Amino acid sequence: MADIFFYRPHFVAFIILFLLGVYIMVVNLNLVKKLIGMYLMQTSIILFFITLAVKKDSTIPILLSSATAVTPEAYANPLPHVLMLTAIVVGVSTLGVSLAMVIALYRQYNTLEEDQILGKMQ
Amino acid sequence: MTLFDDYLLLTLAVVMALGAVFVRDLLSGVLILAAYSFFLALLWAGLGAVDVAFTEAVVGAGLSTVFFLMALFLTSHQEAVRKQLRVRIIALGSLGILGSLLLFGSVDLPVVGDPKSLPNKHISSNYLRKSLEETDTPNVVTAVLADYRGFDTLGEATVIFTAGVACWMLLRRRDDSAT
Amino acid sequence: MIRPHDSVIVHTLARVFTPIIQLFALYVLIHGHDSPGGGFQAGTLFAASIILSILAFGIQDSQTVLERRAIILGGIGILLYAGIGLLPLILGAEFLNYGELPIPGMEASARRHWGILGIEIGVTIAVAATAVSIFYSLSGRGEGEGK
Repeated sequence: MADIFFYRPHFVAFIILFLLGVYIMVVNLNLVKKLIGMYLMQTSIILFFITLAVKKDSTIPILLSSATAVTPEAYANPLPHVLMLTAIVVGVSTLGVSLAMVIALYRQYNTLEEDQILGKMQ
Repeated sequence: MTLFDDYLLLTLAVVMALGAVFVRDLLSGVLILAAYSFFLALLWAGLGAVDVAFTEAVVGAGLSTVFFLMALFLTSHQEAVRKQLRVRIIALGSLGILGSLLLFGSVDLPVVGDPKSLPNKHISSNYLRKSLEETDTPNVVTAVLADYRGFDTLGEATVIFTAGVACWMLLRRRDDSAT
Repeated sequence: MIRPHDSVIVHTLARVFTPIIQLFALYVLIHGHDSPGGGFQAGTLFAASIILSILAFGIQDSQTVLERRAIILGGIGILLYAGIGLLPLILGAEFLNYGELPIPGMEASARRHWGILGIEIGVTIAVAATAVSIFYSLSGRGEGEGK
């Protein structure tokens, strides 16, 4: 089990970043800090998928424009890249809507702390 | 890209993430988050995901930082100091258990860089082989994104349009409504 | 309301860099076939150039027309994408099958090449307009008359 730290540090970093994001979203009471935690969770998952697409001694998935046969083992796996492009754009859209909600809440209650907002709503 | 480069960039990214969340001032936290995005983009470019790195550098480190800064400009950017010891201990305990379970389960994941691992077989090797003769596009990621998986990209563009409409509806002028 | 920046350096640099960034966005869009790039990156770069010029030169209160119309361009981009996908459906093939687009004198792979370029243009317009529209919304232009 020690080889996971030596040969596969990407998975350890993914676990640390993802759980850090979850911890911040659960514990912190400031709304913008929670959104920072959400952003950490999204980018850590993208790191995980990109790690699954790496091939040893391979190059980027842009084929040279000659018509010879292509060996798929010389190029990185393009399918997780496509999925992660979608994930990044959807993540920034979610972030925009969440920030709009935070601004609307601030306009109404003049604070960004969750327990003060809940107290003012009673 | 050697393993040492991966180590270095991963350590820097984790340090930046820790800095972004444990800083009291939200403005500094957001700017450290932008640096974190840049390190992640460097890491992905080194791992061979150049399109994803480009998009993360432009959209993640550029656009989301701008959105965060605009939101902080309209609200306040100081965070109140809390104690909440009980919540923190419970969260740390349960996340520690979850983390060790994840570490234990990740032993079975494929070795990083194995060309014969399961995600690298079947349809993605088909895409790599057939993309140039079927779509005349050397960039396989663009071909898969826009042609083979074009329906998902239509959904994604609709999502970002819906987000624009939702932001507009949440924050528009109320001088002509009777609410 | 965002006040114009009061430094000559910022004004000059914004004036120089805005067309350069837009030209680079166009380059990234068109070369998405042969090098890393494509629709999303180009749209965000274009939006970044517009945001740069807004931050340097400010927006006055009289420009509310632009911010209401910015999201319409986003819809036009999506309509372009769906329209290019709908054309083969009308002509009898499947949805989003660019090989059956009605462009004369080309084989199927070249038609798919041009179909990909068409929808990348649609995505660029949609993403650029939506990013600018979200920027306008988040900048507090929609300040109400009171609670």
